[in-house]
Amino acid sequence: MQGLDFSIVPEYWPLIGKGLWWTVVISAASAVLSIVAGIGFALVVLYAPPVLRYPVRLFMWLFMGTPLLLQLFLIYFGLVQVGIDIPAVWSGIIGLSLHFSVYNADIFRAGIAALDGGQTEAARSLGFGAWQTRVYIVVPQALRNTVPAIGNMMIALLKESSIVSMIGIAELVHSAQLVISETYRPFEFYLTAAALYYILNLVLEAVLRGIERKVELSR
Amino acid sequence: MDIALIGRILPVFVQAAWTTVELSLLSLGLGLAVGALVAGLRLSHAAVLRFVGGAYVSVFRGTPALLQIFLIYFGGPQVGIQLEPFAAGAIALGLNIAAYMAESIRGGVLSVDRGQMEAARSLGFGEGQSMRWLVLPQAARLMIRPLGVNAVALVKGTALVATISVVELTYTAQRFIGSTYKPFEIFAVTAVLYMIMVYGLTLVIDRLDRAYAEEA
Repeated sequence: MQGLDFSIVPEYWPLIGKGLWWTVVISAASAVLSIVAGIGFALVVLYAPPVLRYPVRLFMWLFMGTPLLLQLFLIYFGLVQVGIDIPAVWSGIIGLSLHFSVYNADIFRAGIAALDGGQTEAARSLGFGAWQTRVYIVVPQALRNTVPAIGNMMIALLKESSIVSMIGIAELVHSAQLVISETYRPFEFYLTAAALYYILNLVLEAVLRGIERKVELSR
Repeated sequence: MDIALIGRILPVFVQAAWTTVELSLLSLGLGLAVGALVAGLRLSHAAVLRFVGGAYVSVFRGTPALLQIFLIYFGGPQVGIQLEPFAAGAIALGLNIAAYMAESIRGGVLSVDRGQMEAARSLGFGEGQSMRWLVLPQAARLMIRPLGVNAVALVKGTALVATISVVELTYTAQRFIGSTYKPFEIFAVTAVLYMIMVYGLTLVIDRLDRAYAEEA
């Protein structure tokens, strides 16, 4: 038993801070992409012709039934073997975005389906075309109604972004691992990393509460 | 698609999938037990116990499961806890999912109408008795779906212990992707095995939910 000594943590702050920054960047990029792709997939599943709809449904079914870590291994270690070489950071962002886009798509799909059919009828009778109705009337309302559920997904995304450390991206967990390989103090630095995630999580929750309140007011 | 390769590797992958099943079951058991305890703390009358339960949920849900696994496996020896990868993984996964289970159990208990408890108390049942015989059976029905969602997430979450070299399904897939240069065949086999577990479990939960609904 080695005992714990947290006094060495501040010395390594520059490296840890850099990892923290990358965690924020990767999570933010993946959050935006996963929401955009999620809306796209939901629209395809609901409205596109079968030739497009079924492949997307198959993809969603595959990605919902398998772990993120496996998907990352496929994208980063697998695709390079068939000649598709994607840099680690992009593999991580693509993997996280695709993984969460599938769950987001399911939420949006349910949100759109839950909307009153009267909305569509009213818009159509006012002369909106089918796609105009979807883009201007249905999707905005569905987006507003699904804010809390999508927010929960983003909270999960922030935490699961830690998994991209496994393909060598220098985010928070990976930075902690680098420091540990030098100091041999796993407990101190993994706990530090965990504490930083906890704080990030609190910040994200506060931001989401703010967004929810704004959306509530706009009703 | 290299069908011959798939035939050759299948036995190894089925073996690995079995390890995933064992991990899932062990951490599910631990998660339900600790989750019920934490839910009990959160519903307690004593402020201190409520705080402890709330802190457990907040800490385990507020930090990544991957770090919880690393803390227990790599950090454990520093505080005198030395565990094999499989045990460390099962315990970390169980403690993590317990926080989510606790919230589902608490949610179920709170959605039972207060009048039920009041009615039982006014008929002379003690608080524990009312909880045991009246509130919990009704809450159980409401909990099946949320607990099931957590269990499904847990099965997929077991992949994380590949990072501490537990030879389960994802670890095996990674090793074979590296050695066979056939990523899509490996992914297909692995995905099918995960989906049998995940969608199989979903079916079981649907059945349970429907059986309970008919009973009520």
